[in-house]
Amino acid sequence: MTTDKIITIIEKISAKIQEEKLFLTELDNVIGDGDHGINLARGFSEVEKKLSTMGDKNPGEVLKTVGMTLVSTVGGASGPLYGTGFMKMGMELKDTADVTVEDFVRVFQVAIEGISLRGKSTTGEKTMLDSMVPAKNAMEEALAAGKSPKEAVACGVAAAKEGIEYTKTIAATKGRASYLGDRSIGHQDPGATSFTMMLEILEGEL
Amino acid sequence: MIGIVIVSHSEKLAEGVIDLARMMAKEVMMVPAGGLEDGDYGTSFDKINAAIDKAASSDGVLILMDMGSAVMTTEMVLEMRDDDFPVKMADCPLVEGAVSAACDAECGMSLEDIIEDLATVGQIKKLS
Repeated sequence: MTTDKIITIIEKISAKIQEEKLFLTELDNVIGDGDHGINLARGFSEVEKKLSTMGDKNPGEVLKTVGMTLVSTVGGASGPLYGTGFMKMGMELKDTADVTVEDFVRVFQVAIEGISLRGKSTTGEKTMLDSMVPAKNAMEEALAAGKSPKEAVACGVAAAKEGIEYTKTIAATKGRASYLGDRSIGHQDPGATSFTMMLEILEGEL
Repeated sequence: MIGIVIVSHSEKLAEGVIDLARMMAKEVMMVPAGGLEDGDYGTSFDKINAAIDKAASSDGVLILMDMGSAVMTTEMVLEMRDDDFPVKMADCPLVEGAVSAACDAECGMSLEDIIEDLATVGQIKKLS
């Protein structure tokens, strides 16, 4: 994936988030402060404005800019969390002109570590990590088993979707939903859901 | 004297916390960073950054936050700044912490001592 491809993927992620803005916000209305979709949509609209000037940058710089833009424009927890993730990937990829799925899985691990530190969170707390970590593990295993990049990301998407289902079964212990305690059980995590949408876009572009 | 920044998802809450703390501390520079640029709920990287600039003091700047993104966004602002004065976040209840910090600051306490003092604010019982 060269810069052009990365920009296309981010644009499609942005379009998807705009399209699902109300659905994501509705999920967040139930167990959070009801701003996840609106906030992410605002952030990605600003990202799109920046992308048009980034054609001559390398993929790492593009991802770093995406991250910094999300941090400064989202306004909710998903800003610092996704922002940290994109920035970490961007920094790790700084000298890579053509990003393979293997590269992506490697830097995604670094992104997860950054998100985990930023949110002082781990899996099992009903957060985006409950889709991210299984997705990363599934992609790693698929690549190691010799599957194609597209098949590997498809395995990641399947694991991320299972992660969403898992978040329905547990109580939130991080974020605004943690104030609801056991009352959050039965509802899916908006962050796990938006992440899964992003990974599906990547799969579709391979 | 240190400066104080109040970070909240709510513009009104950040301003209100400062109004309340101001009753006991007239001189301290306290700057709100509440809500988004358009006044909607959320935390703004740029507002927090600008509030630190405004509260800047060679004695340091203390930041109190409400929750979630208020904490995370402030962390990211601090990681990106390069100040020649100390800027620190305190881990305490927002309202009581702001009143305590404003009194301490007005008395000329150091940033380190104020943060140490704020660590006890969350332990004070209201009903016993």
